[in-house]
Amino acid sequence: METTPKPETMTAEVHASGLETRDMLLNIGPAHPAMHGIIRIVAKLDGEQIEEADVEIGYLHRGFEKMAEQVDYNGVMPYTDRLNYVSPLINNVGYCMAVEKMLGITVPERCQYVRVIVSEISRITDHLTCVGATAMELGAFTVFLYMIKAREFLWELVEKVTGARLTVSYCRVGGVKGDLPDDFAEPCKKAFAETRKVLEESDQLLTRNRIFTDRMAGTGVISAEDAISYGITGPFLRATGADFDVRKDSPYAVYDRLDFDVPVGTTGDNMDRYLVRMEEMQQSMKIVEQALRDMPPGPVLVNPETGREIPAAEMVDLAKMGDINAFSGGCAVAGPTLEGSGRAHQPSIATDEKRVFLPAKEDAYGNIEGLMNQFKLVMFGHGIRPPNGEVYFPVEGANGELGFYVVSDGAAHAYRVRVRPPCFAIMSALEHMLTGDMIADMIPTFGSVNMIGGELDR
Amino acid sequence: MNNSGMIEAVSAKFADGVLASHVFRGDATVVVRRESLFDVARFVKDDPALSMNFLMDLSAVDYSTFGKGPTPAFFASSGVAVKPSTQIPDEDPWPGPGYVSEKRGADPEEWRFTVVYHFYSTTHKHRLRLVVPLTEDDAEVDTVTSLWAGANWLEREAWDMFGIVFRGHPDPRRILLYAEFEGHPLRKDYPVNKRQPLIGPLN
Repeated sequence: METTPKPETMTAEVHASGLETRDMLLNIGPAHPAMHGIIRIVAKLDGEQIEEADVEIGYLHRGFEKMAEQVDYNGVMPYTDRLNYVSPLINNVGYCMAVEKMLGITVPERCQYVRVIVSEISRITDHLTCVGATAMELGAFTVFLYMIKAREFLWELVEKVTGARLTVSYCRVGGVKGDLPDDFAEPCKKAFAETRKVLEESDQLLTRNRIFTDRMAGTGVISAEDAISYGITGPFLRATGADFDVRKDSPYAVYDRLDFDVPVGTTGDNMDRYLVRMEEMQQSMKIVEQALRDMPPGPVLVNPETGREIPAAEMVDLAKMGDINAFSGGCAVAGPTLEGSGRAHQPSIATDEKRVFLPAKEDAYGNIEGLMNQFKLVMFGHGIRPPNGEVYFPVEGANGELGFYVVSDGAAHAYRVRVRPPCFAIMSALEHMLTGDMIADMIPTFGSVNMIGGELDR
Repeated sequence: MNNSGMIEAVSAKFADGVLASHVFRGDATVVVRRESLFDVARFVKDDPALSMNFLMDLSAVDYSTFGKGPTPAFFASSGVAVKPSTQIPDEDPWPGPGYVSEKRGADPEEWRFTVVYHFYSTTHKHRLRLVVPLTEDDAEVDTVTSLWAGANWLEREAWDMFGIVFRGHPDPRRILLYAEFEGHPLRKDYPVNKRQPLIGPLN
């Protein structure tokens, strides 16, 4: 293929009035304050109308797919956090489930519920960011602050579960890092009450706001046929009226047991995308509440056999001195980031497959089998080894279908990991949506695309 | 339509074009000859029983170092395979990357890349994967941009990362990397720590 850039021609023609008119090339980005994301758009303008728009991406390319071939299967987890950094937990879940499909293992029911809960919380944070940022770019700064406030409440929930706010690395192949904290439903209820209040306030501020609707309605329109042809999925597609949702159409985890609606729009413009996202947040909260109600109960933290809790650091000291009896049967209390990963929790959060999931800390420190098991999984040259094969696993990301295509040749690291980033398809249609619109419409359209550089450029 | 039905439909229509097919972990896969790719793609899109209106993903794999990893298989040495889950169908194991050459009766070294298409149908809610094997010195395949608009950027990415040429592509530029970048980084012979010379600002 030739890699010569498109000729950027300036055409001049003489208007009937005798005045010369010519198109103007406007270079927007790569770093522009009205665009959240590093991207360059070279727009050819006729007055204020966009005639052509060349979208240039790749400014955040970090070689995710190459790096995923270099490290072991669980080592990819931190990289997946950085794909969509607004909803990292969905990326975690998608990648883990792809590798689990290759291995042919399933995770316990409680773990599946945990994954659904964290995915849906992430979806809300993602939509809050998208809607908030779009509103801010259209001048509604208050809404942005409100929504970031709500996102903060939800990130506190994420922090309670994972120990981190953004770079969570919560899932593991074959399970999750730790169980939900005790009485998680309580803070969840509070955070959702706050979020609902924020959504109501934002709805009052935006939905019937003349300035907002004038700029959102009728701009960035795409038809359902075009959207499907471009491979657009998620809220963006649903705003056009097509009701494709991976959670409904190829359900994974426990989504088929949960009752929720898939909101769809009619016109496929920015306003519909805003409304679909607002409703999806309500539905996500509904899903989390159902999942918290329905999920099988987890174990109590203290091991019922002995009822003893031992701080992990103390246990290491005892183990070093060979005093096995002092902690055998006890339950390790690890630091806040490892909470919920003790032996008592293991059966409910991790698959019953020793060749995939790390043993509980009590076993790794306390007996030779556990120690060997630990090293068989973490030592260089060992680790999880799926059989030869290729699998594709899609999950519903916040922006649409997030797919992982993994090829294994039996080694401890993946042979090929391919991500199908949802906003890649939407960005490829950006030119189509911008053409014919005014230059000011670029801001709401680009905002509703919810471009996430991390997953777009990988 | 179920997996075997989809494979049957494509194989019946393109007896010469289809090299192999398999179902691994519930993913139906049809391996097609490069010459028939465009026709097969158009068929799966237009056939009412398949109607794959989504091109979900298009990517490539470089199989040149497949199975040549430095470490022995832990599962193989322990003598036990991971127990298959009841939820994931595995009636048909993966025939391995050699499935193409076996059918051809040719040397497995002969081909190097596969271009992988993932399709989805919103009407029938089924998925299909098409795989096109390509040789190293003739890594060219027809573009499907005229069938799915989304193929435009996906094919640009496959060119960018693997150097696979899509014949008839309307806009054959690199997409994630810059024009002066040398080589194709996702090829297995591209070292992970290779540095590229800095280029000055373009004006």
